[in-house]
Amino acid sequence: MSGSEGTAVITAKALTKRFGDFEAVKGTDFEVRAGEAFGFLGPNGAGKSSTMRMIGAVSPVTSGELRIFGLDPADDGRKIRARLGVVPQQDELDEFLTVKDNLVIYGRYFDIPLKACREKAMELLEFVQLADRADSKVQPLSGGMKRRVTIARSLMSDPEILLLDEPTTGLDPQARHVLWDRLYRLKQQGVTLVLTTHYMDEAEQLCDRLVVMDQGEIAAEGSPAELIRTHSPREVLELRFPAGTNAEHAPKVEGVGARQEVLPDRILIYADDGEAALSEVHRRQAVPESALVRRSTLEDVFLRLTGRTLVE
Amino acid sequence: MELLNNHRPPITAGLIPPSLRDARRPHRVLERHWFVSRSGFFWILLGGFFEPFFYLVSTQLGFGSLIDDVEVGGELVSYVHFVAPALLAASAMNGAMYETMNVFFRMTFDKTYSSMLATPMTAGDVVLGDVFWATIRGGLYSAAFLVVMAVLGMTSSWWGLLLLPASLLVSFAFAGVGMAIATFIRSIEDFEYVPTAMLPMFLFSATFFPASSYGRFEWVLNFSPLYHGVALLRALNLGQFPPSIFTHVVVLFALAGLSIVLSAHRIERALLG
Repeated sequence: MSGSEGTAVITAKALTKRFGDFEAVKGTDFEVRAGEAFGFLGPNGAGKSSTMRMIGAVSPVTSGELRIFGLDPADDGRKIRARLGVVPQQDELDEFLTVKDNLVIYGRYFDIPLKACREKAMELLEFVQLADRADSKVQPLSGGMKRRVTIARSLMSDPEILLLDEPTTGLDPQARHVLWDRLYRLKQQGVTLVLTTHYMDEAEQLCDRLVVMDQGEIAAEGSPAELIRTHSPREVLELRFPAGTNAEHAPKVEGVGARQEVLPDRILIYADDGEAALSEVHRRQAVPESALVRRSTLEDVFLRLTGRTLVE
Repeated sequence: MELLNNHRPPITAGLIPPSLRDARRPHRVLERHWFVSRSGFFWILLGGFFEPFFYLVSTQLGFGSLIDDVEVGGELVSYVHFVAPALLAASAMNGAMYETMNVFFRMTFDKTYSSMLATPMTAGDVVLGDVFWATIRGGLYSAAFLVVMAVLGMTSSWWGLLLLPASLLVSFAFAGVGMAIATFIRSIEDFEYVPTAMLPMFLFSATFFPASSYGRFEWVLNFSPLYHGVALLRALNLGQFPPSIFTHVVVLFALAGLSIVLSAHRIERALLG
């Protein structure tokens, strides 16, 4: 295979998850290679978490094939979990224990000797910059700190693959940047990262490759740059007209760019040259309240592929 | 036994969920609880010990002297000797049952099990670990209770030493039952039903009056799990070994075993969907 650096550590073929009548994952195919950062981008309910739980060997596959390290989670769940680190969507920290003991006991679940657990816990708390909170209970920590404790906890067993389900949802911008930095360092150390997100900036920051998921299906696959190149012109002109007049202005600016999207609050015009498009809008005497030219992002790719925005 | 061995395995192999067959780390659950409880939680454990203890003292000082001797297995014993082992059984039950009610919280709000199950631990580890932990708690209640019994002169002889392993068995059975019940609890309101079921069982398991006083309804006693504990401990305290104690032991082990299997199925269904 051209361009595949590492060997495949996760492969899915026609992977399907059904809950009663509801099909959460509808026959997806994907492959994650050793050492890369792989993302599932999609809105809530796209099937990202269901996919992650199947990879984490805590949710049985309904049909299709899933292999993690070449092992089938139906037969070798314990062996697979022993080699994974999991950062669940909710932190699930033990509120009855201190920060450090949370890490120590988690290491014990992997049969790591107690002394090694204690040393490793302090080392990891240094890594996530929380060594000074080692003896604090979990409850008073901020959301960003709890997230970092959870990441430290997931690293107790030196996992080969780290599964992160929405690692920065609900965190403030500063906390997100601290977290991204730590995850980037892990990747440099050779840990394979698999993450879900509904933030395009997160996907662009962290992922080498990603799949865009929508309603249980994979809509597109590639590197962030490739996806933008393939599915969206280089620039976007965002026009805001007075509230409620978007529909009325839409025909006026029709054809200014390669494509346009009329959203409730703004009109997006996709063009390779955003400034030129703006001049054309002015020439047609459509007067927006504000106008902004920006680069295309994965959000635009998502909108193009599914006709919907990522975060409603 | 040969016959059983020849016929049982295929049946049990299907009945016992893989998560139980794959359980290798129930002791990690005990370790986690020990991490939590070593800092001060110990005093909460003592709470459940006091209830039967006060019953015991009130029996000794109060109504015990108003009631005539009772016949147990053809032997006349004082009412105090009659009732004390029954209260010991109740103490073992309470200790185990109270502890397993935490299972509901570990399954839901605390997410204790979810984070365990993301590791090589299985649902079987979780169930066995918590059943053992609750057994230990019940056993601690029983041990303290037994000491009080001995000090107050309510044990009949050195046979009384057998009461400790026997009350551990009672704890084990109720730890299983409690665990299974906790997996069916949907919300905190459902906890109301637990004491509602436990109180009549406490009062009507030949605890305070002999089985013979149930007349033609005596057979109903066999459906009370606590009765098997009461009858077992009562006989052992007097150094009696009627064949029926074999039945009681089998029933208690069966209760624990079935409850553990059921709990493992329930936990898998709830958390590994």
